[in-house]
Amino acid sequence: MEVLVFLIPISLFLGGVGLIAFFWTMKTKQYDDPEGDSHRILSDEYDDTPKA
Amino acid sequence: MSLAETPHPAACPACVALPEAADIRDRSVPEGPAQIQLSLPSIHCAGCISGVERALNAVPGVSSARVNLTLRRASIEAAPGVSADDLIARLQTVGYEAHELDATALAATTTDKAGRDLAMRLAVAFFANMNVMLLSVAIWAGAEGVTRDMFHWLSGAIAIPAVIFSGVPFYRSALSALKGWRLNMDVPISLALILALALSLWETQLHGHHAYFDAALSLVFFLLLGRFLDHRTRASARSAAEELAALEVPKALRVTNGTETDVYAADLRPGDVVRVRPGGRVPVDGVVIEGESELDRSLMTGESLPAFAGRDTAVSAGEVNLTGPLLVRVTAAGRDTSLHRIADLVAVAESGRANYSSLADRAARAYAPVVHLLALGAFLAWMWISGGDLRLSLNIAVATLIITCPCAMGLAVPAVTTAASGRLFRKGLLIKDGTALERLAEVDTVVFDKTGTLTMGAPEPAALSDVPRGDLEVALALAEASSHPLALSLAQAARAAGIRPARAEGLRELPGHGVEATVRGERARLGRASWIGAEGSGRTATWLQVGAGRPVEFVFTDRLRPGAAEVVGALRAQGKRILLVSGDAEAAVRAFAEQIGIEEVLAEALPAQKAARVAELAGEGHKVLMVGDGLNDTAALAAAHVSISPASALDAARVASDIVLLGNDLAPISDAVDTAVKARKRIKENFTISTIYNVVAVPIALLGFVTPFIAAIAMSASSITVSLNALRVR
Repeated sequence: MEVLVFLIPISLFLGGVGLIAFFWTMKTKQYDDPEGDSHRILSDEYDDTPKA
Repeated sequence: MSLAETPHPAACPACVALPEAADIRDRSVPEGPAQIQLSLPSIHCAGCISGVERALNAVPGVSSARVNLTLRRASIEAAPGVSADDLIARLQTVGYEAHELDATALAATTTDKAGRDLAMRLAVAFFANMNVMLLSVAIWAGAEGVTRDMFHWLSGAIAIPAVIFSGVPFYRSALSALKGWRLNMDVPISLALILALALSLWETQLHGHHAYFDAALSLVFFLLLGRFLDHRTRASARSAAEELAALEVPKALRVTNGTETDVYAADLRPGDVVRVRPGGRVPVDGVVIEGESELDRSLMTGESLPAFAGRDTAVSAGEVNLTGPLLVRVTAAGRDTSLHRIADLVAVAESGRANYSSLADRAARAYAPVVHLLALGAFLAWMWISGGDLRLSLNIAVATLIITCPCAMGLAVPAVTTAASGRLFRKGLLIKDGTALERLAEVDTVVFDKTGTLTMGAPEPAALSDVPRGDLEVALALAEASSHPLALSLAQAARAAGIRPARAEGLRELPGHGVEATVRGERARLGRASWIGAEGSGRTATWLQVGAGRPVEFVFTDRLRPGAAEVVGALRAQGKRILLVSGDAEAAVRAFAEQIGIEEVLAEALPAQKAARVAELAGEGHKVLMVGDGLNDTAALAAAHVSISPASALDAARVASDIVLLGNDLAPISDAVDTAVKARKRIKENFTISTIYNVVAVPIALLGFVTPFIAAIAMSASSITVSLNALRVR
């Protein structure tokens, strides 16, 4: 059972990374225009003003 | 309006009020580099995005342009000299339709702080819940002794901060309810959360078998999910509603010392002089000081016959100027206009509706005390049975609280309204109010307004074939010289009937009266009855006189709104009583009612009479659905049990109604009633489902057999059943 000493912190850490990643996407307003973003990726023009 | 015909499918639907019309007019103009917002109803693809952005960025002075495809908007930062009209014209040349949006009216759309806050708490609850569940699985699987203790401590370390952070919306709402000596759903929720955490901590310390950290977290997670869904539907409805309001930028042309300046209507003061162009809406209350024209008052009074306006005619905000330019001296602007005074009337009428208690409220009221009493009863009973074993009794009381906690109840209503209003939004109906669907489901009487609601408010000449061909040729020649709606419609119909215009010389329009010309050496006039010298018939008509001959009347009927006949038929088939209440002349209303098949008619009704009729029906115990668009309908819309207005309606009417029709077609109304009935059925089913879960689970809890494992199963199972049932509405 000693392996738990590693496994539990690792699982918490990975979950935490996901949580922080989600916070980051919210903070950078990546959910404001889901439809537009899905189309922009198909545009062959270089996007000079990606939304911050 | 093509904007109305393409509701954007991406935005989700639903419930809550439009911004107050008063607020919109009350704002100041922001300074600094101009932020311009454009609505782009026709964009749909990757090519459109780059096309629009390229076109806008090419305009000198524009520093950045960004398209949002989800909202179908472009936001542009530009030097102060750049006007929205330039940008709209530029987009028009490359083939994109654009409309200016009033940026200040869109405030809430751009900064949805509350939504982001909820999402944040939901994410934390989800993260913590998943981790604690993993630990709990080990405990359920039979972890013993030190391992179990360690897992409990770990769960606690994750759960306690997470529940404290994520549950804030519930604690707040519970506190404010308790401060008012009331109980709401959030009181048992908060109590269960706090008690569960405290008890679990105590149990863990005593090396106990059961800790409810996972249960507390699932509770928070499922309930927050319900809250979040609810908020999303409200927010997206608000954003769509705001867009409707923002499309009407209230501007006016102020005339000072002979020069005209474009100003916001809110900045006008009594005594100012404004110019109202033909086709424009009067922005203020005032008196005409120069010019003659005709006014379309149908939005204000329901009258379809345009009224003459000359020197000293009083005009009020919201009327539409038809033929000639008018100079108007402002007597009241902004909040003081008659348009806004109606708001008081609305407030009075609405106070009745505020008493409506939704199914969720009623359920909560019945439910919350029962939960508390059960838990308290269990605690006391077990204290007595066990002879004072505090630990055992508390365990059972907490298990009861958790098992009865309204997880599924919290999801029962939002899940259904989200699904139902999403469905209705795709059909072009915007549900502004959370309880509108429930109220719509109860409707048994429908009251329609005529002008602008069942009809387009656009006249069409009737029985042209009865008029001699020679007269028609003259009429066509004269009508083509005017941009008056009657003349336009007459010219169009005559052309369609294959009539060629007569040769007319010296064509001259006298705004407010008609058109005059010389045809075959004789004077010919087309215009108002009083100007021609004929006896008016009360119907919407224009008159033609050639030379000294007998005046010829051209009668106009209003064109039916698409879907109007279908809606009336469908509602009748559903067994609803249908009434027509209009401010228009008796003859016009009767003829129209016969045509569309409505028997009960009230004509020449004043705004207060309309509201009174609706109130009278309500007094007889009927649940009234009011459909109307004009200012004269506003009070009636507010007085009705539930109300619908088309997107073309006056701002004030849209504010007063619960549901806005985004398209031109009325047909979705009968669908809406169907969906509402279905939605209410699902909500009730959901309550039944969660009650059944409780009926089964509560005795087990009271007897002391509930373990955290059973609580977790019951909670998830009931929440999932309820959500799946809600999806059947779609």
